[in-house]
Amino acid sequence: MLKLKVNEIDIEIEEGLTVLQACEQAGFEIPRFCYHEKLSIAGNCRMCLVEIEKSPKPIASCAMPATEGMNIKTNTSKVEKARKGVMEFLLANHPLDCPVCDQGGECDLQDQSMFYGIDKSRYKENKRYVPEKYMGPLIKTQMTRCIHCTRCIRFATEVAGVPELGAIGRGEDMQITTYLEKSMESELSANVIDLCPVGALTSKPYVFEARPWELKKTETIDVMDAVGSNIRVDTYGWEVKRILPRINEDINEEWISDKSRYACDGLQNQRLDTPYIKKDGIFKKSSWEEAYEIISKKIYSTSSDEIAGLTGDLTNMETLFITKDFFSKTIKSSNLDSRAEHLFVNNDERSNYLFNSKINGIEESDFILLIGSNPRYEATMVNARIRKSYLKNNTEVFSIGDVGNLTYPYNVLKNTTEIIKEIVEDKHEVSKKIKNSKKPIIIIGQSLLKLDSANYVIEKIKEFLKKNNKINTDWNAFNILSNNASTVGSYDLNILSSKGKNNKVLKGIEHKKFKILFLLGLDEIHFKKNNEFIVYMGSHGDKGAEISDVILPGAAYTEQDGFFTNLEGKIQKAYKASYPPGEAKEDWVIINELASKIKSKELYKNKDELEKSMMNYLKITSSEKNNNNFENFNFVNEKINLNEIDYYYSNVIARSSKTMSRCRQEKIKFKDTGTEV
Amino acid sequence: MSIKKISKEQPENFNFSEENLKITEKILSNYPNDKKQSAVMALLYLAQRQNDNWIPLAAMKHIAKFLNMPYIKVFEVATFYSMYNLTPVGKHFIQICTTTPCMLRGAYKLVDICKRKISEEQNTLSKDKNCSWTEVECLGACVNAPMMQINDDYYEDLDEKMTEKIIDQILSDIKPKPGSYRGRINTEPENNRQTLMDLKNA
Repeated sequence: MLKLKVNEIDIEIEEGLTVLQACEQAGFEIPRFCYHEKLSIAGNCRMCLVEIEKSPKPIASCAMPATEGMNIKTNTSKVEKARKGVMEFLLANHPLDCPVCDQGGECDLQDQSMFYGIDKSRYKENKRYVPEKYMGPLIKTQMTRCIHCTRCIRFATEVAGVPELGAIGRGEDMQITTYLEKSMESELSANVIDLCPVGALTSKPYVFEARPWELKKTETIDVMDAVGSNIRVDTYGWEVKRILPRINEDINEEWISDKSRYACDGLQNQRLDTPYIKKDGIFKKSSWEEAYEIISKKIYSTSSDEIAGLTGDLTNMETLFITKDFFSKTIKSSNLDSRAEHLFVNNDERSNYLFNSKINGIEESDFILLIGSNPRYEATMVNARIRKSYLKNNTEVFSIGDVGNLTYPYNVLKNTTEIIKEIVEDKHEVSKKIKNSKKPIIIIGQSLLKLDSANYVIEKIKEFLKKNNKINTDWNAFNILSNNASTVGSYDLNILSSKGKNNKVLKGIEHKKFKILFLLGLDEIHFKKNNEFIVYMGSHGDKGAEISDVILPGAAYTEQDGFFTNLEGKIQKAYKASYPPGEAKEDWVIINELASKIKSKELYKNKDELEKSMMNYLKITSSEKNNNNFENFNFVNEKINLNEIDYYYSNVIARSSKTMSRCRQEKIKFKDTGTEV
Repeated sequence: MSIKKISKEQPENFNFSEENLKITEKILSNYPNDKKQSAVMALLYLAQRQNDNWIPLAAMKHIAKFLNMPYIKVFEVATFYSMYNLTPVGKHFIQICTTTPCMLRGAYKLVDICKRKISEEQNTLSKDKNCSWTEVECLGACVNAPMMQINDDYYEDLDEKMTEKIIDQILSDIKPKPGSYRGRINTEPENNRQTLMDLKNA
């Protein structure tokens, strides 16, 4: 611990901190542009000048290590004069176009010039002009406003791992650009918009949409992948204008992926706003009454084991739970499944389908093995953590099968289950590496769970890890990487028609067993429609609605309160930021009303009752532990082929989003501009 | 000075000549294994010499791959330094010093000759595309002002007549003799040296 003084206040700080951090700990805010907690130190904006005793000149506090006995002063007239000088230089070439700048109202330069700016300019010369740069469909540039803090360059090189941004030229002519103005190929690219302290990099889809003070801000959870990034949804009336990240060090730090941020314009397109009934192959608008009437009549005339249901990838846990009740109490059918494919799951123990090492734990890891997974597209934030771990601990990464550029180097193993067999039987060099590693991580992706040997692989890997004490009270090296926001929640709620790889509902559909099929927000259709009467409930007119007979318009994730459990098993609540369009209703209300129509008794009186009942259920199931882990399983030598992931088109909201379409187009025509190794 | 423009006409490919490949090996051996990227400046210079005094984008890409660096990082270096040319400057690249000592000794007369003989504007190629000229800041030969640099050689103690002769030779592909054009050895006084008489090569 170091003892030092800030403005005559004695404080004790840890070693290795900078003067700026010491001042923050003492409670004094230091203005800054280039410094950022999550990035390396550049020290080039000079805004953070402070006075240190015995030093003749003011010192840039962000780049100065704090030492024992320092006497730092942040509020002297000398400091203020120095900062005013820096600010005047920054403003010399900065255009005074705040009224037409999208950053206005949340601009660091604007805010700080309120304290350190002088009221009129002494600069009479012409201001510098910098041509705009093309940086892709997400980032709008106005480079004349750039103050060369280089945050964006450091973010791209360090966090995103795509060294495509750079500063060309020098002195007054320095310009930030990508190599020959190609767009940035990263799923984290739009974070540079948040990082930019001025209006040089602003959001292209949000251009001139609204001012920050006009927007209603709701803190909620993202559902684009299973990570459950913390976000803030900004709405103007009904419309979701933009989505920004919220800091959560355990999950997304302070970044979010481009899909989480920009799929929100999909919430305005392709929306189902009124119930529809298909008559003679054409959808006709109808009332809720009519729709309920048709469904309940159909249910009366069908025996309960001929009714099945599949739930979707964006469904919240309340809806899942009330659907489960609807099936078990109202219809009395057990044909409900949350998997859109034949996917292996054994939910006897929670650790069988969770990311047990935790996202935060990746940072401590020194060895990572990826099996049938491409974390860059399946869970972008997890991939960013792996890269951070690689930078911090020089973590060795192995992948079974070549999965393309992951933004960090990794060793490729042959993509067969034979290799996994060798590893778990201690015959492979990787086995030694796992044993020697203090905190290894093995990540199993969805592509592996589709294989016949999924059960074998999972059990054997667990056995191997347990034998070598890699699964203990402090550390669990076994991880499953779920792809969808609802996956873990539905396993927790036991929305499965059968354990193991076979999905009983899908099998039934293949054998034409069912007469009524409920699709609850399910648009990943992996089956062929036969003669079933399909009821689709969901927010968007997509693949599910297309094949259905009755459409019940539901709400999207920003339009209803709901819980989501992320891939590491953390339960988080998403809050209502907007309301469902037209006549659409919240999902749980629809199921409840349908239940009361059929049985003339509603399942739950209100949302609170539903929530309490669900939490109770989760508590009970988590305390029930049954360890019948073993089913019969055989080894099959198979190829592990990675699921092709259409990153920008992975769910209904993204598919309806124009911005995502543009990103996808850009990606298709993209040529690699970084180093091709 | 403004930001460097990139030539619109770019060759498709660039590869180091065999001779230069040997030199690159020597350059690379100066740096430790994990710091090979430090060789970027030397390699850019080598590429510039090989390619008639300018660096095409293909060469930057080639060097980036050669040193396992992102393209943009090589591009940053190449745009930062004024002595890397990113547009064609001709086989004979003439740089005339116009900083104060040279200017006082008549550097602008040299400039006028270049304007007349090579091209009206600086940084533009002559008619046969073999030659261009530019004004530069001090080249460190103030004692022998005025002077100009043609490719690697200094031509010093010039006047109009001599300059015209040199440029005529250059334009007809003859390499004039470098050094002082008033018969001096290096920067010795004109009427022979008065001190350090016992040293041969002072």
